[in-house]
Amino acid sequence: MKLRIIVTLKNGVLDPQGKAIQHALGGLGFEGVDDVRAGKIFELDVADSTSDAAIDEMCRKLLANTVIENYRIEKQ
Amino acid sequence: MKTAVIVFPGSNCDRDIAVALHDVTGIKPAMVWHGESELPAGLGLIALPGGFSYGDYLRCGAIAARSPVVRAVVEAAERGVPVLGICNGFQVLTETGLLPGALMRNSGLNFVCRDVKLSIDNSQSIFTSGYGQGEEIRIPVAHHDGNYFADAETLDRIEGEGRVAFRYAEEVNGSARNIAGLLNKAGNVLGMMPHPERRIEAAHGGDDGRRMFEGLLEAVA
Repeated sequence: MKLRIIVTLKNGVLDPQGKAIQHALGGLGFEGVDDVRAGKIFELDVADSTSDAAIDEMCRKLLANTVIENYRIEKQ
Repeated sequence: MKTAVIVFPGSNCDRDIAVALHDVTGIKPAMVWHGESELPAGLGLIALPGGFSYGDYLRCGAIAARSPVVRAVVEAAERGVPVLGICNGFQVLTETGLLPGALMRNSGLNFVCRDVKLSIDNSQSIFTSGYGQGEEIRIPVAHHDGNYFADAETLDRIEGEGRVAFRYAEEVNGSARNIAGLLNKAGNVLGMMPHPERRIEAAHGGDDGRRMFEGLLEAVA
C-alpha cells in the first residue's frame, strides 16, 4: 500500500522559510503571492495489512511534531 | 560527581562538554554512544551535546530523540537525574517531550554564531545557582534552529512556574519571549541554545559558562 503523508505547519506558527520563498517569488516578478507555507511530503510503501491506527501512530510519534505541525494521510 | 556525555553520529560539541565537565568535576565523563540502552549508574549529570545528530534529518533532534540511549535518558530524567541539553541537545529534549515547545529556524534565516548577552531569569535552579538573579552574562551561540516556539498558553504557564532559566538580553533568533534556556517542571532538566562549555577559561574570553557547571556541582554534590 502506498501512502502519502503531508506535514504542514500549524496556523499561527511562524514560517521563516515560507517567508523567504515568498520574497524570492516576488523578486522573480511574480505578483500577488500573499503567503507561502513550506511543508514536507513523505511517500511510504507499507504492508497492505498496516492498520490505520499504526499509520496514525507513525505520524504522531515521528513524522510530524504535533507541537508545531499538522499531518494528513492520503492512501493511494 | 560522575557525569555522562551522550554521543550521537553528528554530535560535534561532545568533546568540548567533556573537557568542561572533566575540568570542573575532576572526573572524566563517561562517553555513551547512541546505540547503548543503559547508562552508567550513579550519574550526577547527563549531558546531551551540541551538533547535528543524525544529520538533523527530518527535524533537528528528531531522530536522536527516538534513539535507544535517549529512552534511557528520559527514564533517568523521570527519576530525577539532572539532564542538560545544549543546542542540539535542547532540540532533542523538546523532541522527547521532556521540555515543551519546539526550536524552529532562526527568524533571520541565518546561522547565528557569536557571543550573546543573557539574563538569568531563575537563579534558584540547580543549574543556575552559580549566578545572581537578573545577572547578565555573555556566552556564545552557534545555531540555525534556535527560534523557540510554544503556544501562548504554554508560554504563560512556563513563565508562571519560573521555568525560564535564561533569556536573551538582545535579539538573536526570534525566540518567543526571548527564551534561551528552559527548565522542566521538576527543575532537573535544562535545555539551552547557548554554549556554556565554550566559556570555561580565560582563553575563551571569560568563565561565565564555567560558573554554571560549578554552581551545578555545588548544588548536586
